[in-house]
Amino acid sequence: MSSSVAGTVSPTRQAMRRLRRDRSARVGLVVVVLLIVIAAAAPLLVRLAGQDATTYHIDLLDPARGNAPRGPVGGASGTHWFGVEPLTGRDLFAIVVLGLRTSLFIAVVVTLITTVVGTLAGISAAYFGGWYDAVLSRLLDFLFGFPQLVFMIALGIVVPAGFPRWLLLILVLSFFGWAGLARLIRNQARSLVAREFVEAARSVGSSGWMVITRELLPNLLGPVLVIATLAIPGYIGAEAALSFLGVGVPPPTPSLGRSISDSIAWVYTGADPWFLLFPGAMLFFAVLGFTLLGDGVRDAFDVRLRRTN
Amino acid sequence: MPDLVWFLIRRLFAALLVMLALSLAVYLIFYAIPADPAHLACGKPCTPDRLEQARHFMQLDQSTLQQYLNFLKGIVAGRTFGEGAAAVHCDAPCFGYSFPLARPVTTLIMDRLPVTASIALGAAVLWLLIGVSLGVIAALNRGRILDRLAVGVALIGVSTPSFLLGLLAILVFGFWLNMVPVNGYVPFTESPVDWAWHLVTPWIVLAILQAASYIRLTRSQMLEELNLDYITTARAKGAGEARVVLTHGLRGVLVPVITLFGLDLGSLLGGAILIEKVFSMQGLGDLLISAVGQLDVAVVVGVTLFSAFLIILANLVVDLVHGVLDPRVSHG
Repeated sequence: MSSSVAGTVSPTRQAMRRLRRDRSARVGLVVVVLLIVIAAAAPLLVRLAGQDATTYHIDLLDPARGNAPRGPVGGASGTHWFGVEPLTGRDLFAIVVLGLRTSLFIAVVVTLITTVVGTLAGISAAYFGGWYDAVLSRLLDFLFGFPQLVFMIALGIVVPAGFPRWLLLILVLSFFGWAGLARLIRNQARSLVAREFVEAARSVGSSGWMVITRELLPNLLGPVLVIATLAIPGYIGAEAALSFLGVGVPPPTPSLGRSISDSIAWVYTGADPWFLLFPGAMLFFAVLGFTLLGDGVRDAFDVRLRRTN
Repeated sequence: MPDLVWFLIRRLFAALLVMLALSLAVYLIFYAIPADPAHLACGKPCTPDRLEQARHFMQLDQSTLQQYLNFLKGIVAGRTFGEGAAAVHCDAPCFGYSFPLARPVTTLIMDRLPVTASIALGAAVLWLLIGVSLGVIAALNRGRILDRLAVGVALIGVSTPSFLLGLLAILVFGFWLNMVPVNGYVPFTESPVDWAWHLVTPWIVLAILQAASYIRLTRSQMLEELNLDYITTARAKGAGEARVVLTHGLRGVLVPVITLFGLDLGSLLGGAILIEKVFSMQGLGDLLISAVGQLDVAVVVGVTLFSAFLIILANLVVDLVHGVLDPRVSHG
């Protein structure tokens, strides 16, 4: 995007420049890129370690200590980098990196769906206004303040046993997720609708669809990017929470939330705190990395997001 | 204040409409469940006429709309299943009857509600206190070490899932330092001291996490507020700095804080449900999750609607406080 006026720099390029100078955003970016590479290459990494997430290694457990792993740091060794899971002896490194893969996959897909739906709903509400805006706004308020977690757990009963749970998880998270996005986009778009260039486009007879896609959308790319980046850590946390409660990704698919839930008994007794610490640290870094990056992107694009209005 | 009364009536009416629409939607969704509750209840061997009997007894042979109306009637006036000696009565407010557990859903909810409510209310009080006071401190010490510390705490709070922090707290304070109990709930009526002692860790965990966004909001709002003209006027008139901050500045901060609190009520309930599992307390979340596992639709619908109603009513209270604090709200 080059500017025709000498000496001026496009807003996007300015934002990129600001982003590069932001130290915590750079840290966030490094963490995010690292996590994405780990998640994408997870099956490869696991094979490289010579392990898989399903083989039981009973010989590495100590029956005298309730089948906690033998040795310090949860039985970590050259072959089992993060040690093994208590009770089953499955390789914890494999479970953690494959679990990260599950988390990021679900979070990214949900973010894509909710960003598209939320953006369209938000922009159209701001553009058309009137009763459409009023009804949509009430719906958004309602979805937003709703006890979402309760509903997400409850929906588990309606779905037939054969329905893939990961797909259900994506659908449920998307169903409640788009509302928050649509609200923010609507508030951003409302300030644009009154501007001259939108007026001009309308007065030369552009259709509503044209104005939305050609005039409003390009001007909202910054806020949309910011909101989407900031939404990802929320979905990572939500997926982990549902799996933690036992209504998320079912076994044997590895999931950080489920591993953390399995570790409760070993934390209470202190028998194997490492079973919590490895998946827990991975989840923490995933959320922290995306939050740092999201905060940086927000500051760089200078978007003021108001949760309250 | 007639304005405020009208405002309240309008809000009450809107809340009722939302509850009606929501309960209808929930009913339609959950009665599309593939498993037939009558089939689960009729036992083995399940002959066709026994199934028919069970279906009639559980009032599942009526149309979905009729069942929904029965449900609404039950909330207001209670309802009775079957006739004669075998009749099962469910007192108002009846949120359904769990045939597998042979208890009215309202009783089941009331058994578990104190656990979840204790966690949620205590945490909310604590996080509002922490969030607002740390936010004010951060704003007054802008750029200095205290400010950076508060902003740092806020960042960690935003990025740590509550159940993770809860487990870490159990590990450090419960197991390694052996300071606090790691699990279990003690009813308030049994021993208020033990009640609070078992809840201290859950409260702090939930409060620290949620306080984060309140620290951020209070800090930025306070900074904005302190630059406004009327604050300068107050200072010029010779009001002390403490008075300026606490009476004038804080007033402007409270309105957005309360708005945010209203939006967070849903996630407060969600947080309490997660935390109760971490600390092995049997609250509403445990009731709901096991009902999903047992395919007990009546309990699932009852708990879902009950919690939704609770949030709607709590929002009504928030709205009212809002209307009192900021006259513009009730006029608009």
